[in-house]
Amino acid sequence: MSTQHKHREDLVAAPSRFPLRELVLFVALLAAILAVYLAMGAAYSTRMLVEASCYAILALGLTIQWGYAGQFNAGVMGFVALGGYSAMAFSMPVNPDFWESELPGQLGTVLLLGLCGLLVVVGASRLHHLGLPRRLRTAITVLLALVLYLLVASRLGVVTDQIESQFGYIGGLGLPPWLGWIVGGALAGIVGYFIGKVCLGLRSDYLAIATLGIAEIIKAVLKNADWLTRGTATVSPLPWPVPGPAEVGFTLARALYLSVTAAMIAVIFFLLTRAYQAPWGRMIRAIRDNEVAASAMGKDINRRRLEIFVLGCILMGVGGAALGSFNGIFDPQGYLPLNHTFLVLVMVILGGPGNNLGTLFGAVAVYIIWVMSEPLALSVMQLAVSIGEGAFGWDAPGNLDSRALQARVFVIGLLITLVLRFAPQGLLPEKVRHHG
Amino acid sequence: MNELVFFINNVVIAGSVTGSIYAIGAIGVTLIFSIMRFAHFAHADMMTFGAFMVLLLTAAFPGVGGSVGLPTPVVMLPPAILLTALLALGIDKAFYKPLRAHGVKPIVMVIGSLGVTLMLQGLIRLFAGTSGQNLYMAGERKEIYRLALPIEGVRAPIVITEPQIILFVLTIACVVGLHLFLGRSRLGKAMRAMSDNPDLARASGINTNAIVAVTWVIAGGLAAIAGTLLALDVTFKPDLSFFLLLPIFAAAIVGGVGHPWGAIAGGFVVGFAETLAVFNWAVLLRPVAHHLPEWLELPRSMAFVGTEYKIVVPFFILVAILVWRPTGLFKGKVI
Repeated sequence: MSTQHKHREDLVAAPSRFPLRELVLFVALLAAILAVYLAMGAAYSTRMLVEASCYAILALGLTIQWGYAGQFNAGVMGFVALGGYSAMAFSMPVNPDFWESELPGQLGTVLLLGLCGLLVVVGASRLHHLGLPRRLRTAITVLLALVLYLLVASRLGVVTDQIESQFGYIGGLGLPPWLGWIVGGALAGIVGYFIGKVCLGLRSDYLAIATLGIAEIIKAVLKNADWLTRGTATVSPLPWPVPGPAEVGFTLARALYLSVTAAMIAVIFFLLTRAYQAPWGRMIRAIRDNEVAASAMGKDINRRRLEIFVLGCILMGVGGAALGSFNGIFDPQGYLPLNHTFLVLVMVILGGPGNNLGTLFGAVAVYIIWVMSEPLALSVMQLAVSIGEGAFGWDAPGNLDSRALQARVFVIGLLITLVLRFAPQGLLPEKVRHHG
Repeated sequence: MNELVFFINNVVIAGSVTGSIYAIGAIGVTLIFSIMRFAHFAHADMMTFGAFMVLLLTAAFPGVGGSVGLPTPVVMLPPAILLTALLALGIDKAFYKPLRAHGVKPIVMVIGSLGVTLMLQGLIRLFAGTSGQNLYMAGERKEIYRLALPIEGVRAPIVITEPQIILFVLTIACVVGLHLFLGRSRLGKAMRAMSDNPDLARASGINTNAIVAVTWVIAGGLAAIAGTLLALDVTFKPDLSFFLLLPIFAAAIVGGVGHPWGAIAGGFVVGFAETLAVFNWAVLLRPVAHHLPEWLELPRSMAFVGTEYKIVVPFFILVAILVWRPTGLFKGKVI
């Protein structure tokens, strides 16, 4: 068939151009990294790069939610924390004292009791099949749920108090960290599934509110469930999937870790780019850009949205687990909305939502600026104080360090509003190929 | 009977206090939602800003309240309301108006408001520090009234503080004022028209820019009141933001978004649900404890959630309402 071999002009509307902008930006980024290496030394800079690569995984998770599908997740922190918890729970050594005592049995009994209670409540909610009036059924179900919840919760409280007073916490499972990373991604995906199930059919604002809430709840649980996580006492040191600094030295160990995370990014990047160009990616963008038209074409909008939201959450969980393992310490209080939600958001919208390369660039560039801004903020504050003391006799408040760091909160906020206003496409805009 | 007094102190009064604060905050959120169609995430920090203004003014003019017979922070509330309203107008002019002019999606406005909330947070914490501060300064003290009940055998008094009474008075004043404004005044009617159908409102000659400005003034003023009352009831804390947002949004959604009366009802629903959930029910069961059978031993604490998990309650309410009745109890307009 000769017509098939004919070159169709209308299929390639966007001419391939020399990627000048990409090249300039990445060369500048490379120069910045080299400058950091020269100024701060190899060990410090490698640590920064590892953290930046973990953030890049988080940013890729957010870019498919926000960039591909237009869903705004305001609770990245919660999924990061879940991943971090999972990495901790799987990789820490087993606590033999706890497992040899009677408490695991009691804990299991309580959990089994909770399961039975759940079954009873679910059964009660089906009572209308037996001919009970619906209102009576609802009343019975709610009452039963409240009473059973109280019973199980008070029993659980007794057992967990004993665990805390006798052993501190239940310890880990003593498995390799990468298993915890995978399970962390799965956990985050499950939480994301339920949130998405509730919110994705509604206005997009509701998803932002709900994710913001679930993030604070996950943090509150991890902070206060001492029997699981030691709470504010923190757990350390977490084992690494590669030889640690004690065996091969700081720089080499961090470089090994970096190679692991870089390999993960490469795989994720490759798969995402393939998915983006596949019919699936086209469908997702169609839903984002014109929901009504997409649903008229027979696309199941809510299902696709849920799919992509869960996928993004899984990536956040994995990235959070990698970040948690690398930090070597599980500290629930260290999870802050600023560091783990809004920083990632800035990376995505500055780099270019929907453009994987732009997101990677944004992640590394913003993280370098972020790390470097801490000493900068302190020195600016010091300068302001010395001028203030000299010129006006101003009495500087004592907790200057913690206040100077608040300036970074302001800068991140300003950055978000400015980017939305002046460069809503980011530095490397999403390239949409037009087909005729 | 002592248990009943305990219940009144810990649930009825505490629940009304939290409920009033959430209600005043939720009115602002729901008004913004109905006029500008986006969830305003910077609302909690506008509340904090209002309270911070009161703190600054009280520090600048200590002892003013003594001459009027009210606590100084309460006297400083009107100027703080004015300042917060101005701030709200300024934020709209600087950040939201350009976005609106670009015709962006509502969710981009939401992200913009998150940027604004971070900026406000940064500024407030830069100047106020991160620790809690008391609004009562320069020798002023919180008046605490203990009302002993004239019933035989009741030892515990009902405890209510002065700021709580002021809170109830102000809440009622706000609700009545808002009712009159929205129901009787020309501007209020125009606002309702715009929330029903912005295009039709514009076509019938309503100045939509003026309506947007009025909305910000009202929302900012109410935020200042809510923030100050919260700070008076406990202490001024600069980092409450994200913990306030969830209950306030839950209240607005429970009441039906775009529905000021619903927001008030929603505020009280969420406030009472929170206090009931952290209340120790074992106290109420104690008088009948010796009638209970042997095997049913009362645990010492029978609260549904510990105070550290309080934030779970508004989230649970939010999820429940989104699953069963996403329009809210009173059929909100915006979904």
